[in-house]
Amino acid sequence: MDSMTIIAVVSIVAAAFMMGIGTLGPAIGEARAVSTALSSMAQQPDAAATITRTLFVGLAMIESTAIYCFVVTMILLFANPFWNHLIQAAGR
Amino acid sequence: MRLSPDEVIFWQYGFLKLNATIAFTWGLMLALATGSRLVSRRLSSGMVRSRWQNLLEIIVSAMERQIGELGLQPPRQYLGFVGTLFLFIAAASLCTIIPGYMPPTGSLSTAAALACSVFVAVPVFGIMDQGLTDYLASYLKPTLIMLPFNIMGELSRTLALAVRLFGNMMSGEMIAAMLLAVAPFIFPVFMSALGLLTGMVQAYIFSILATVYIAAAVRARKAVQKQIRKEQPWTA
Repeated sequence: MDSMTIIAVVSIVAAAFMMGIGTLGPAIGEARAVSTALSSMAQQPDAAATITRTLFVGLAMIESTAIYCFVVTMILLFANPFWNHLIQAAGR
Repeated sequence: MRLSPDEVIFWQYGFLKLNATIAFTWGLMLALATGSRLVSRRLSSGMVRSRWQNLLEIIVSAMERQIGELGLQPPRQYLGFVGTLFLFIAAASLCTIIPGYMPPTGSLSTAAALACSVFVAVPVFGIMDQGLTDYLASYLKPTLIMLPFNIMGELSRTLALAVRLFGNMMSGEMIAAMLLAVAPFIFPVFMSALGLLTGMVQAYIFSILATVYIAAAVRARKAVQKQIRKEQPWTA
């Protein structure tokens, strides 16, 4: 395999693993947060407004880890710096 | 495939480029400013109001209530900054129903600029409320060892704000573009409806997080005062 093929294969496999594993953790975390918030809202309906607001902020925090993975995946797939470097080096 | 509206260039002269991000940002600013100017030109304080005045009153009072509930008092002082953030991001994602439009928040430059304005606004509000020395001293709490961690926290949450907004808006566009290739009939409509919902939630979260950060910078002194009042009630 020449180095271009290696970079392409490694990038695609890394992107697949990143999306798979990188969404697994936040999904579990968000599910736990939502289920805990729902049960506490069922116990204390008066505090629903505060719980919902805190839940939204917390969900945004948890979700951002998945978003980081997504952004890095998109960079690997569509704007890969190693790939671009190699293309430039080949053109020179 | 386009990653961001930065890559669409309308006009170029030398190194000066007018890309879609700048053009749509200016368009949004113009629409928001002229719209609210037109509405607020004829305000009435009586019982008879125009429907547009009602709309603006609902938006402004709802934002004011949210800011007040998060512990920033008086909310009017912070409404200008936080409300502008919310209105801009919400309008940027609401306008995606217009064909040919790309949300400027889907570009990392816009998201980073908004996050940087929060990064600057937090110490400004903190210093306005507590004074320079008290604000700087809050970095040394609880101990001196925490100083680098406090500074790193400021930087990393700015990065997180920018990447979160950019990632959410870009992923909406991306998924819509991919589904257009796979299932071009009806299904993309649902995805754009979902994109509208995500956009509103992101606008809410961005402004709420900005409020929380400002409140954390402002609140330190008030907590200390309350504690003093509790321990020595005769001083209050």
